[in-house]
Amino acid sequence: MSGADAVLVARAQFAFTIGFHIVLPAFTIGLASYLAVLEALWLATGRQVYLDVFQYWLKAFAIVFAMGVVSGVVMAYQFGTNWARFSDKAGAVVGPLMGYEVLTAFFLEAGFLGIMLFGRERVGRMVHFAATMLVAIGTLISATWILAANSWMQTPQGYTLTPDGRFVPADWWQIIFNPSFPYRLVHMVIACYLSVAFVVGAVGAYHLRRDAQSQAARLMFSMAMWMALVVAPIQVLAGDQHGLNTLRYQPAKVAALEGDWDTRPGTPLILFGMPNMEEERTDWAVEVPHLGALVLTHSWDGSIKGLKDFPPQDRPPSPVVFWAFRVMVGLGFLMAAVGLWAAYLRMGGRLYASRWLQRVALAMAPSGFIALLSGWTVTEVGRQPFTVYGVLRTADSVSPVGLPGVAGSLAGFVVVYLIVFGAGFLFLLRVVRRPPTVGESGLPPGVPIRSAGITPIVALDDGRMP
Amino acid sequence: MILTLIWACVIAFAVLAYVLLDGFDLGVGILFAVERHGEDRDVMVNSVAPVWDGNETWLVLGGGGLLAMFPLAYSVILPALYPAIIAMLLALVFRGVSFEFRFRAVTTRGRTWWDGAFVCGSTLAAFCQGLVLGGLLQGIHVEDRVYAGGWWDWLTGFTVLCGVAVVFGYALQGTCWLIWRTEGALQQRCRRHALVLAVVTLGFIVVVSLWTPMLNPVFMQRWFGWPGILLTSPVPILVALVGWVFWRGLSLRHDLTPFLCAQAWFVLCYAGLGISLWPLIVPPGITIWDAAAPPSSQAFLLVGAVVLIPTILAYTGYAYWVFRGKVRPGMHYH
Repeated sequence: MSGADAVLVARAQFAFTIGFHIVLPAFTIGLASYLAVLEALWLATGRQVYLDVFQYWLKAFAIVFAMGVVSGVVMAYQFGTNWARFSDKAGAVVGPLMGYEVLTAFFLEAGFLGIMLFGRERVGRMVHFAATMLVAIGTLISATWILAANSWMQTPQGYTLTPDGRFVPADWWQIIFNPSFPYRLVHMVIACYLSVAFVVGAVGAYHLRRDAQSQAARLMFSMAMWMALVVAPIQVLAGDQHGLNTLRYQPAKVAALEGDWDTRPGTPLILFGMPNMEEERTDWAVEVPHLGALVLTHSWDGSIKGLKDFPPQDRPPSPVVFWAFRVMVGLGFLMAAVGLWAAYLRMGGRLYASRWLQRVALAMAPSGFIALLSGWTVTEVGRQPFTVYGVLRTADSVSPVGLPGVAGSLAGFVVVYLIVFGAGFLFLLRVVRRPPTVGESGLPPGVPIRSAGITPIVALDDGRMP
Repeated sequence: MILTLIWACVIAFAVLAYVLLDGFDLGVGILFAVERHGEDRDVMVNSVAPVWDGNETWLVLGGGGLLAMFPLAYSVILPALYPAIIAMLLALVFRGVSFEFRFRAVTTRGRTWWDGAFVCGSTLAAFCQGLVLGGLLQGIHVEDRVYAGGWWDWLTGFTVLCGVAVVFGYALQGTCWLIWRTEGALQQRCRRHALVLAVVTLGFIVVVSLWTPMLNPVFMQRWFGWPGILLTSPVPILVALVGWVFWRGLSLRHDLTPFLCAQAWFVLCYAGLGISLWPLIVPPGITIWDAAAPPSSQAFLLVGAVVLIPTILAYTGYAYWVFRGKVRPGMHYH
């Protein structure tokens, strides 16, 4: 029994460290693209307000990026400390993909980040814009590598197995472009964009409440609401496609997130309920007949496999997946609704006047990140009881480290992360609580920041450049 | 075969680069224990501020590279040294943020707190790295490709000795770095620290070097058997020679010589480590050939590494060149 508990705690530790980590790169991915758009608009129009908002968010970007580097160092070792058997068996496939991510990130930090953060007044406009673009593209390339690795664990292909159960890569093209990869990549990148849009929108709303005339606050709020209007519905479509892909390759995950136990024609959609793993049913289910079939098979009498069609030892824990999925979908529709509401107010010329919209936007600041974490919960817990879907079981992936060790280190991570990232979060709040100003300054000089990396551009100030 | 050799060299290089580069900036953190004046501390931190993040990334490259290219070694070493690895990571996290937060702290108390975190984190990280080194050298018990030992197998007199040795070695690196990059009273004090630290570090090098061959008959044969001794004897001779250059450089008040000598000691110790271990990656039983990933993995990642690692190196060198020169109080690096 203690072995099973150790697996559970090891999973909790990975969930905790990766959950903390993923928010930061997601923030960086979204914000880097936003900054690139702002700078492009500034270059195209020459309007000061674009530059002001750019400089304003650049400070937040530097802090978030730095925190992401810190939590990333830990991730490079999590696979070995708690998932040694997985590392031995799947390291040859997953390792090189993550190796490319490390190299990409390293290159990015070395090359362009410092120019983007500190070089605006020291290099030409176009050079600076090129650096910003490269940082934005670099974050997307990083995401691509990590999502290729994760998607391969969901829908593995392009490998052979040695007699002792190790994966040997046979075709890298197949490994990278595995069936779930394109869907997961699109869904995740859009999620990053939406998450950042709602943070920017909330900060805009916060400052609009104090100064309704602030051009910068208006710009943030307006751009965020456009994103909500246009991108949230796209995300719903992308999510639907991703779901169909999952149904094809990981039907047990879909059955778990739907809370469906029986295979029957005209599968209903269970809106709410409590999946009960022991009794093999979903208690207190509120169902809409035929809707599940319509959504998942696009036909009235279609059917999807219920959980009972899978042996009990192959079933993902349905309650977690079921509820995480509902949180994600609920927030997604809520975001789309906010976009529609804002568009309606915009048509009436009242976008910046509605106190209620500002309140809602402020409350929804973390909505994107909560949805993103819920989505990852669906996809990762839904893959259980496997690490490499259908081939390598989670129970056969853990390190030979006992429960006290895993629990002790988990406690250590919780304490240190809460102190460190709590402090980082407070610094971030301090940055966004200050209203944006006309002629917004860049990063404060004389305060070392990790995201400066090793870029020599920052030395230009001292006239020490050759 | 050749790919395995190339990757063994690349990862050995990444680890060496990490030890040489992050060694001195961890050392600067350790020296906070004796350098308590606020302005000196600012100068010390500013001297490493532009480079320390790049230094630490070699640790990620080493860890990630080990997972990708020698998955068996990665999956055996980390569980075997579990508490030391976890403590090192937590210490590095703490130290990394305290580095930045000390400048952003609003109150004196806040700054004192982050300074404390900086010195404790740096020292603990260095100590744990020594534990890992010692734990690896004394051997890891593996059955069926899985670590088969207990919790505290790694905790012996030898590993603790290695831990303390690395703390003093890094402190020496940090001191010599400061001799090079600072001036005035701080530089003077660092010269005095350097002498003491060099003597202590050399003492540890001698003790660890004599102890290591006793851990494993293979090491013993390698170091003292014939004809191996032809290869191994230059190492201690060079260590002594570097010691003489160090002493001269310090007494003639050279700025850079002590730092180069401290680095040379680390390179020589690392070479000695290589002589002991080759071709083992995890003593006593796992060679680099046993632990290597299949050729399809090695070739795939090599394409990227061939392009990116030289670029990163060139860039790092350029950054160090740009940031050359003395760091003065009140001078910021950007």
